[in-house]
Amino acid sequence: MDSEERIGVYICHCGTNIASKVDIAEIVEFAKGMKGVIVAKDYKFMCSDPGQGLIEKDIKEYNLNRIVVASCSPLMHEKTFRKVCERSGLNPYLFTMANIREQCSWVHIDENAATEKAKALVAAAIRRSAFLEPLERREVSINPTTLVVGGGIAGIQASLDLAEAGKKVVLVEREPSIGGHMAKFDKTFPTLDCAACILTPKMVQVGQHPNIELFTYSEVEDVSGYVGNFKVKIRKKARYVDENLCNGCGMCMEKCPGTRVPRKGNVHERLSLGPTSAIYLPSMQAVPAVPVIDRNSCIYFQKGKCRICEKVCERDAINFDMEDEFHEFEVGNIIIAAGFQTFDPSVVIRYRYGLLPNVLTAMDFEIMNCASGSTGGKILKSDGTEPKSVGIIHCVGSRDKRYHEYCSRVCCMYALKFAHLIKEKTNAEVYNFYIDLRCFGKGYEEFYDRLLGEDVRFVRGKVGEITDLAIHPGEQGKLIIRVEDTLIGAVRRVPVDMVILATGLEAPEGLAELAKKCNVSVGKDGFIIERHPKLGPVATATDGVFIAGACQSPKDIPDTVAQASAASSAVLSMIMRGKIEIESATAEIDEERCSGCRICNDLCPYMAISFEEEKGVSVINEALCKGCGTCVAACPSNAITAKHFTNEQIFSEIEGLLQ
Amino acid sequence: MTFEPRIVGFLCNWCTYTGADLAGTARIKYAPNLRAVRVMCSGRIDPTFVIKTFLEGADGVLIGGCHPGDCHYQEGNYKALRRYKLLKKILPDYGIEPERLRLEWVAASEGDRFAKIVDEFTEEIRALGPLSFGESIAESMSLDIDPHKELEGREEEK
Ligand SMILES: Cc1cc2nc3c(=O)[nH]c(=O)nc-3n(C[C@H](O)[C@H](O)[C@H](O)COP(=O)(O)OP(=O)(O)OC[C@H]3O[C@@H](n4cnc5c(N)ncnc54)[C@H](O)[C@@H]3O)c2cc1C
Ligand code: SF4
Ligand code: SF4
Ligand code: FES
Repeated sequence: MDSEERIGVYICHCGTNIASKVDIAEIVEFAKGMKGVIVAKDYKFMCSDPGQGLIEKDIKEYNLNRIVVASCSPLMHEKTFRKVCERSGLNPYLFTMANIREQCSWVHIDENAATEKAKALVAAAIRRSAFLEPLERREVSINPTTLVVGGGIAGIQASLDLAEAGKKVVLVEREPSIGGHMAKFDKTFPTLDCAACILTPKMVQVGQHPNIELFTYSEVEDVSGYVGNFKVKIRKKARYVDENLCNGCGMCMEKCPGTRVPRKGNVHERLSLGPTSAIYLPSMQAVPAVPVIDRNSCIYFQKGKCRICEKVCERDAINFDMEDEFHEFEVGNIIIAAGFQTFDPSVVIRYRYGLLPNVLTAMDFEIMNCASGSTGGKILKSDGTEPKSVGIIHCVGSRDKRYHEYCSRVCCMYALKFAHLIKEKTNAEVYNFYIDLRCFGKGYEEFYDRLLGEDVRFVRGKVGEITDLAIHPGEQGKLIIRVEDTLIGAVRRVPVDMVILATGLEAPEGLAELAKKCNVSVGKDGFIIERHPKLGPVATATDGVFIAGACQSPKDIPDTVAQASAASSAVLSMIMRGKIEIESATAEIDEERCSGCRICNDLCPYMAISFEEEKGVSVINEALCKGCGTCVAACPSNAITAKHFTNEQIFSEIEGLLQ
Repeated sequence: MTFEPRIVGFLCNWCTYTGADLAGTARIKYAPNLRAVRVMCSGRIDPTFVIKTFLEGADGVLIGGCHPGDCHYQEGNYKALRRYKLLKKILPDYGIEPERLRLEWVAASEGDRFAKIVDEFTEEIRALGPLSFGESIAESMSLDIDPHKELEGREEEK
């Protein structure tokens, strides 16, 4: 123990927030009586400029080497006061805070009890402070290359921002083309811009940008390291077509006798499928414009004979022996932009999706409506005729405790978009069945207003059932929507020719695994948790890992793009700084005490501990250690010290609390 | 005078401590008997902290961590759970009722729950009365003995 500790103690009134419950004068007197305390003072607002000045002045005047402030929570102002110490030449880790507001004056009624508790908290802080040791600030440099995972509009925007600023980007997309959901739309709400017209140029730019290394049909296999210095391993799946040789002529697809079959049970793949050959290009605008062979559909892979594509390809680009490749990169930051998938409505049995051919999901409709889709953009029933009436059912899978409790944010608006497009292309009557209409964005309410003028019907009520069982001749051959119309207070049966389910947005398959690899968490809803719901929407609890787009929560394109640019600017700010300070309070193993039992080796969640065979002891890689303390508590030889949370420091704190 | 239990809470920084702060921000009132020690993760809570706390005269100890799956350091809370179970077994050997030790997962958003737990636990300890272990035990546990070693020994005996 440092026998010469000179402690300064400062008790904050926080206006009346603390002073109205805690007897400040009594605490000051109490603190003055404790060992090592040179000065004890109180002030109205310690965090204010004069409050901070008071500490700075005292540090010089009394030559203080420990500072204790009793005020709000350390989560609120520990950083502030650490900076005060630093400005006065005192190591910031020699500062201690006692939380007498959030965990005392605000939560207790009795003034005596609150004062007694405050005394205990102050005593603990003072005793702990005597054992504090200065810690070195640790800085690591930031590798200027960034990994972007997911090539939807979010990943595209973030990658272009960074690439245009002259920084290298590695973009990984698991599908054969970038573009995400937006590439499958014809028009976008609320302005009805043509999606392809605004997205395709960006996709092409990504494909050609010298600063972007694009990996499509690839996945992140492994991530290790820490902020500024991640190592990532990427698996590039075999597409059986050499990207460097293929010139996108399309001969192979024309001649391929196979038909692509969707993976069994995967509604999301079923949705995005028009009729295609086994060797296929995901869309006309695909980037890269290089086809892929789907092993499950390819006659050669399934039956051992065919290889027609190989014969017709003039560039010899087809390679049936291609294997998955692995690529490794070092990157400084990671942006996760893995987007969403739509809810699979076949679990809502009463809606009979998959059983009644004219019940479509929103994505089925988008693909049909798209000029390059299965019907060439015409809105047609399964028998090839135009529907005379269409019902759009809102909130399928959203705002429903059985499926997803949250609102998917975009369904109301795309449902309105659909209504408009149907009106534009057909003479059909259109009904929207809604619970609430949420038209919150810029120009959204106006769009709704416009639709009212287009003679679209709105029925307020949650649809109970969709059936083809007619109970009178007028319903014959129709789909009947059974719904309680809550505005007129009656159950109605509405016969229509086609039903579109406004399926909600959910976390995409594999997001939790990807998050785990990057050491970030997903919430109850499956989406990635941001650092702060208001003030840190694109950062995560892990330094150097950022999120953008729908993988954070359902959102529309404008919000997605805004978030993507926010993420890229956060990354740029890291790159420009060049260095970042990382946790100083790490753990350390005392070689003398370590018995080499290796108990700690497997405990560390960050694999920071390794065993040194020659010396027969374990060592901690400080750069990897995050200071959780798990190994410290486990070491049977008491060989590991948690800096800033040593046994001595915590013991003295306990003694203070109970003195 | 009524008996006022003295309780020490070891709370992890990211969930339970933050939850306790939230109780404050929301001005939820609860018993003043618990005093918190902030640790970065419940995985840091060494069984010796708990023994030491009882030795210093606490009547109850609360361990607070993130819900399973939510630990900021992935799985420190699972380690805490294991140590807690071990402690529960050992405490009676020291003459300490195992009910005096409690483990709770409190999320950063559960300020109201934190307050409820403190109130409940305080009443439970109040019903148990002050902690008193025999002279001999207190003596044998004087701090010259490394309680860490002590625990190890006990564990092997079992
Ligand atoms: C039917 C429908 C209509 C819509 N209409 C509109 C509209 O008109 N206007 C509007 O503003 N918004 C609309 N939206 C919302 C819009 O689709 C989203 O805002 C937007 O697509 C979000 O972009 P994103 O990049 O975050 O996600 P996505 O578009 O989902 O892109 C994510 C990409 O990441 C890839 N990926 C996923 N996981 C991984 C992984 N583990 N590894 C590598 N890559 C991965 C995916 O393959 C995908 O390419 C609509 C949504 C739906 C469902
Ligand atoms: S647990 Fe302790 S003694 Fe065992 S290897 Fe790790 S540091 Fe060494
Ligand atoms: S303190 Fe935590 S992160 Fe650091 S070495 Fe120990 S177990 Fe690993
Ligand atoms: S951080 Fe809360 S239990 Fe590990």
